[in-house]
Amino acid sequence: MIRPLLSLGFLTFVAVVLALGLGSVTVPLPEIWQVMQGEGSALNRALLLDLRLPRTLAALATGGLLAVAGALMQVLLRNPLADPYVLGLSGGAAVGALLAMLAGMGTILISGSAFAGAMLATLLVFGLAHGTGSWTPSRLLLTGVVVAAGWGAVITLMLAITPSYKLPGMLYWLMGDVSYARAPWPALAVLVLSVVLIMPLARNLNVLARGPLQAAALGVSVRPLEWTIYLLASLLTATAVTTAGSIGFVGLIVPHMLRLVLGNDQRIILPASALAGGTLLVLADTLARTVIAPEQLPVGVITALLGVPTFLYLLHRSR
Amino acid sequence: MSRLRSRDLVINVPGRSDGYSLNLTIEPGQTWGVLGPNGAGKTTLLHTLAGLLPARRGEVVLDDTPLKDLKRRDIARQMGLVFQERQDSFPATVMETALIGRHPWLSPWVSEQCEDQTLAEQALEALDVEHLSDRLLTTLSGGERQRVAIATLMTQNPGIWLLDEPTNHLDLHHQVKVMNLLQAQARSGKAVFMCLHDLNLAARWCSHVLLLYTNGDACWGPADSMLVPSALEKLYNQKLITVEADGAPIFVPVRPGPTP
Repeated sequence: MIRPLLSLGFLTFVAVVLALGLGSVTVPLPEIWQVMQGEGSALNRALLLDLRLPRTLAALATGGLLAVAGALMQVLLRNPLADPYVLGLSGGAAVGALLAMLAGMGTILISGSAFAGAMLATLLVFGLAHGTGSWTPSRLLLTGVVVAAGWGAVITLMLAITPSYKLPGMLYWLMGDVSYARAPWPALAVLVLSVVLIMPLARNLNVLARGPLQAAALGVSVRPLEWTIYLLASLLTATAVTTAGSIGFVGLIVPHMLRLVLGNDQRIILPASALAGGTLLVLADTLARTVIAPEQLPVGVITALLGVPTFLYLLHRSR
Repeated sequence: MSRLRSRDLVINVPGRSDGYSLNLTIEPGQTWGVLGPNGAGKTTLLHTLAGLLPARRGEVVLDDTPLKDLKRRDIARQMGLVFQERQDSFPATVMETALIGRHPWLSPWVSEQCEDQTLAEQALEALDVEHLSDRLLTTLSGGERQRVAIATLMTQNPGIWLLDEPTNHLDLHHQVKVMNLLQAQARSGKAVFMCLHDLNLAARWCSHVLLLYTNGDACWGPADSMLVPSALEKLYNQKLITVEADGAPIFVPVRPGPTP
């Protein structure tokens, strides 16, 4: 049970080293080692510690947050196609952030506003899907998709009325970009704490994956568990979105690939999602920085280009 | 050893008047069969007894405590349920499925131990599915899945076994095997309560029978006093012929005669 996590941890490490070394200027391994020891040239120190390391850690945290959020949503809705992006949580957060940008607020307020937007999207989707009747997964997914479309329209409307000098920053944020992330530590802390806290509930999630009635018959208090997962997944999404804008499909592809290889035991899938999601985004961001260097692509473009075909393939395969 | 009672229980079947309220006592050692036409509320009754559905009136009492005062986990240690319909949205192997039954017995920080594995293996063996333990559930036939579901309940090992049509999809041999297993469990001190569609299985293996009518009426008691042709003909609205074989009554529907 530990072995896949160790291999993934090693992969994560390799990806981080790669991300530190590659870019418009290549820094060889011995020099990275020197900088990590507190030595090395001033240029290398500035390049690695001030520029590449925060960005890499931000990508690591964001990818992990999105993948864990996706894995949780998929169990909650018992649908492998669920993901914070598909369900409109990212859209709600984006609207919150754009509103703050439009009003000319500072970075902290933009983060707070994005967080509020994600939570509002959460409550909206679950409140509407719950309604008076039952809380069926398909109804929830459908509500999420429709609400996501609504957020999309609001975003377009806001972009249309925005003065043009403010547009580039907003667009980059919408596409998902870690290049402005300077403080990765809160996001990393949220990720690590959430995974540690969810582990005792992981077997409950395995039972919940068999359906709420079966879970209740096996001693799970279903409604409190569902709310816990939902709030946690929203918190993870909101943190990811405030760190790096709206990056799609990491929450969808990472848990799915892992389930194909490792089975559906959440005790493995959740920590593995954190590692693999982080690794994927670190690699995607490295690619985004290098593929047309010295120009940079937003990382969201790379994940969407990977994610869309994967989503379609899944949909095609699932009856 | 657990005892399940219902006090003035009226199950909540939408659009039906209250009918007769149920005062059942399901004791260890008893094997109950619930008979009734489609839509009479057999599944609703089972889910209400398990505390998964609210009752319209009355309450369910486990030993001496009302079900609503108990934690789900404590209920799950004493009472388990085989559902008629199951969800498998995610792929899972037969062994993983059986091990799920240990969930109420394990603390959140502990994973399944050797003895849990052994219990699951024994249960799979008792249901003739041990050779499938590494197969994915989605690749099995309906009857094999039904046996895995019963094996999961056996792994859970509660005092009270509720089963919704446990012989669904099973071939004749496995119907007999499952009914024998349930009877053996009852003799070892469990209380077994199951919905059935087959009168003859009920007649041969059940010690007690509950007849559930579409209008909400019900009557219950020892099997031989309940399984009388007049009551069953009224229950199913179907003329029956009764013969006796191997010490138990056999009920056969009357074939409609040639129309004059």
